[in-house]
Amino acid sequence: MDILTAVAAIAVLAAVFGLLLGYTAIRFRVEGDPVADQIDGLLPQTQCGQCGYPGCRPYAEALAKGEAEINQCVPGGEATVLALADLLGKDPVALDEAAVKPKAVAVIDDKECIGCTLCLQACPVDAILGAAKQLHGIIASECTGCELCLPPCPVECIHMLPIPQELTNWRWPYPAAASVEPVRAAA
Amino acid sequence: MTEYALILVGTVLVNNFVLAKFLGLCPFMGVSKKLETAAGMGLATTFVLTLSAICAWLVNEYLLVPLGIEYLRIIAFILVIAVVVNFTETVMHKTSPVLYQVLGIFLPLITTNCAVLGVALLNLQEQRTFLESALFGFGAAVGFSLVLALFAAIRERVAVADVPEPFQGAAIALVTAGLMSLAFMGFAGLVAS
Repeated sequence: MDILTAVAAIAVLAAVFGLLLGYTAIRFRVEGDPVADQIDGLLPQTQCGQCGYPGCRPYAEALAKGEAEINQCVPGGEATVLALADLLGKDPVALDEAAVKPKAVAVIDDKECIGCTLCLQACPVDAILGAAKQLHGIIASECTGCELCLPPCPVECIHMLPIPQELTNWRWPYPAAASVEPVRAAA
Repeated sequence: MTEYALILVGTVLVNNFVLAKFLGLCPFMGVSKKLETAAGMGLATTFVLTLSAICAWLVNEYLLVPLGIEYLRIIAFILVIAVVVNFTETVMHKTSPVLYQVLGIFLPLITTNCAVLGVALLNLQEQRTFLESALFGFGAAVGFSLVLALFAAIRERVAVADVPEPFQGAAIALVTAGLMSLAFMGFAGLVAS
């Protein structure tokens, strides 16, 4: 008799919980966005074209179709690769170009700048400040290092300065692609 | 009132779940590499631990004890914890996408966090009242989050330090955890419990 009570009690408990979860799954269903929209939301929207596509949206669409690799977004860096890997269920891989090229920030040589405003129009993140015939300046914290301002400059006064690695910007080295994501292995 | 304050101080500092009771060591080692993820894990655990302590108490008091089947409490509690985690995840996904993004991957991990089951079982062992149980769960979670955040901050610094080769990686992390546990022994005697 005791054992029947026990079995019944646990069964009822499980059934109640199951119904509760089933109800919440229907009641709180999230309408999933189309995949390309979600990918586009993860990209940094700098429209810099370093991935080889004419902007963030085309790259997102290529990713959604499975035509592109997830490691081509240089301004997004490791964070974007991780987010994309998580969204698309792929294994995270090291950044394509940034792995070779160290992170850099653009600097204007104030002796040579003629104030032509050409680089202002090229900058996808509005990190360059200035007006016609005035010395331009770069907001280092906004600069993604995309190098799009280099070609338009008529006097070649913009240089890329690599960012030295310090305690404040140091990151854990990314594990080899074969190993499981550390967070998931934690439990 | 003092009694409740003592429970809180006691569980957060003196009988810290990670450093004094050695529960919940897996996320303590696994999710402490970066401060942000540690903070996310701490938040998620706080939420789930408090809620599951409450639910486990209710299930025990109104189902297991009246039917005389207390011996099934481990199975029942595991069920409760899994449901609470699942429920939280679903509701949060809908109501607060931002929070869901922050806590997203950590929520399912909590199901297997032994501290959660430990709190529910210890509450029974100590025969705590409803309010005490909830407070105990909350205190345990705050203590867990505190230690996790401290440990993550230390590990971020250890990572750039010049550690001798045999000590690199998990070894220095375990040594650090041991030293932290020693340091937390200094709180013993703050609250007699």
